Amino acid sequence: MIDSFPPGWLLIFGGLLVPLFRGRVRSAYMLLLPALGFIQLLLMPEGELLQLSIFDYSLTPVRVDPLSLVFGYIFHIAAFLGMIFALRVKDTGQHVAAFIYAGSAIGAVFAGDLITLFVYWEIAAISSVFLIWARRSERSYRAGMRYLIFQIASGVLLLAGTLAHFYQTGSLAFDYLGINSLGGMLILIAFGIKCAFPLLHNWLEDAYPEATVTGTVFLSSFTTKMAVYALARGFPGTEQLIWIGAIMAAFPIFYAVIVNDLRRVLTYSMNNQLGFMVVGVGIGTELALNGAAAHAFADILFKGVLFMSMGAVLLRTGTVKGSELGGLYKSMPWTAAFCIVGAASISAFPLFSAFATKSMILSATAENHYAFVYFVLLFASAGVFHHSGIKIPYFAFFGHDSGIRCKEAPRNMLIAMGLAASLCIGIGVFPGVLYNVLPFPVDYEPYTVTHVITQLQLLFWSAVAFAWLNWVGLYPPELRSVNLDSDWLFRRFVPRMFGPVTRAFGGGWTRMLDQLGRRATATVQTVHRHHGPQGILERTWPTGSMALWVAILLAMILLLYYYYR
Amino acid sequence: MPENANTDSHEHHSDANAVGPAQGEKKYWLDDLGNVQKIYRSLWVLCALLVAADLFYEKHIEFPVEGFLGFFGFYGFVSCVLLVLAATQLRKVVGRDEDYYDR
Repeated sequence: MIDSFPPGWLLIFGGLLVPLFRGRVRSAYMLLLPALGFIQLLLMPEGELLQLSIFDYSLTPVRVDPLSLVFGYIFHIAAFLGMIFALRVKDTGQHVAAFIYAGSAIGAVFAGDLITLFVYWEIAAISSVFLIWARRSERSYRAGMRYLIFQIASGVLLLAGTLAHFYQTGSLAFDYLGINSLGGMLILIAFGIKCAFPLLHNWLEDAYPEATVTGTVFLSSFTTKMAVYALARGFPGTEQLIWIGAIMAAFPIFYAVIVNDLRRVLTYSMNNQLGFMVVGVGIGTELALNGAAAHAFADILFKGVLFMSMGAVLLRTGTVKGSELGGLYKSMPWTAAFCIVGAASISAFPLFSAFATKSMILSATAENHYAFVYFVLLFASAGVFHHSGIKIPYFAFFGHDSGIRCKEAPRNMLIAMGLAASLCIGIGVFPGVLYNVLPFPVDYEPYTVTHVITQLQLLFWSAVAFAWLNWVGLYPPELRSVNLDSDWLFRRFVPRMFGPVTRAFGGGWTRMLDQLGRRATATVQTVHRHHGPQGILERTWPTGSMALWVAILLAMILLLYYYYR
Repeated sequence: MPENANTDSHEHHSDANAVGPAQGEKKYWLDDLGNVQKIYRSLWVLCALLVAADLFYEKHIEFPVEGFLGFFGFYGFVSCVLLVLAATQLRKVVGRDEDYYDR
């Protein structure tokens, strides 16, 4: 029985029943689902547990091996912690969306074939957007649309890549794919979008901060880590990924220094952490892949704490802008303390989680003599401490006293933060427990004298740099502003450039393109009909034009495929 | 006090001089600038000690440059200063008003 029941389904179908319960029973039910799912994983044997044949296609909806298990475990833990954090949310729709989203992410990491992966990939994309729209503002609606278009584009590419791959190899199995075929390339780009590769990244920084207080916590856990898993499965040892990862690790931190919305700062720093994982996948040795998986595991927890603490601040003060906050440690001492634990963990302080996980990736880089990449990652490590480790706690909880006095976070949120923070410390103090569930046997000792001292040097000198720059007034103040990123291209440049062109072609042409766009994104439209007045879509250029671009993309992929035949 | 009333009614606490702990409120240890200064100074002392620590153990390294006394401290400090200075320049290029996309 337990063998044939796919992991994730408990959350997906169980989540649909949440509206049937009320009060304490609902709370208990919401915590029971991920707990049961976790137990199910513990009892599952390894192997290809479920196989189906549809016509000539053989599918493997459930494949259990160490790589999928480590992601399966952490996804259940993340769902459990997220649900505690969200217990008091009255908006039932958010709970249902979060369960379906978490469940489909879990399903995806146990998918043994590309078609099953695609199905979960799309369910995750569509369910997650409701966590953004649940904020119920014009702003979040638009951000959600942009997010959805990226997610759907990733799905379309994945499907196109799967077909090309099948045509070439006759196999749908989701194992090593490589980039030496059209199918592999398309699938890599599909994964790359969800993993926030450079220039494909901006949906992350754009949309996550626009989600609800609790929604961002769920969002931060699943989509990108699912992509890291998929890369580790399909493209281990792909050298290009080392360089892509290094760029990801380095560039977002410049933005993180100047961005005002502190949840957006966290998305940039998340992009930077994903870079480390991508480097790990690119190196592809056992140590590096272990490091990527371990760091994904740790990242979900410390990013969870950080997003939770900033969510609590948003809930209590109504803002997470660095320019408006400061001195909150007086009102929210526990939240501040948990935030600092998260900050110490992401910064890889000894005894905190990333010290035991990120260092595996750095060691693998050094062992394989990628000197340049190693020093870029070292720079990124100093930088991440600078903005996530110091900036976040400093501008929210310390710094200049904003005069804001509010209540401490609600108890359920404190419990969620406390548990996640404890796990961060737990991994840092007893890394062996995590090492035991990694895909490959671990022969790595993080606590050497050299590692502890050099890491402390790096961190404390980074801290003193921050303090010194602040002291002498060189540190850029938090300003109410937005910063242009690649989203400018499709939010401003494309509409401004092509707006007049399409208008010049006259109504007929526009209508035809519009029709195309509508068909390609039929799902989007259905959702939209239920969600907002039609007028919004007509008025807002970004959404309209992006739907169009998806259609063009789809057409191009089809052309490519035919050409290739 | 008409000026005070004016700042209080302002929705955002953006005026640096108008905010801070209210009168009669509990005074925290960090409210005292002298204590902040103590933390700042101890940070420098700690950093110096960490560099000195390099003299007392055998460093296991992969690249020769890492062997220099206090290399990681130096690297961290320089990285962060350059990061912040570069980001400040970046802000001049990409920074826009908050309502840029809403206009």
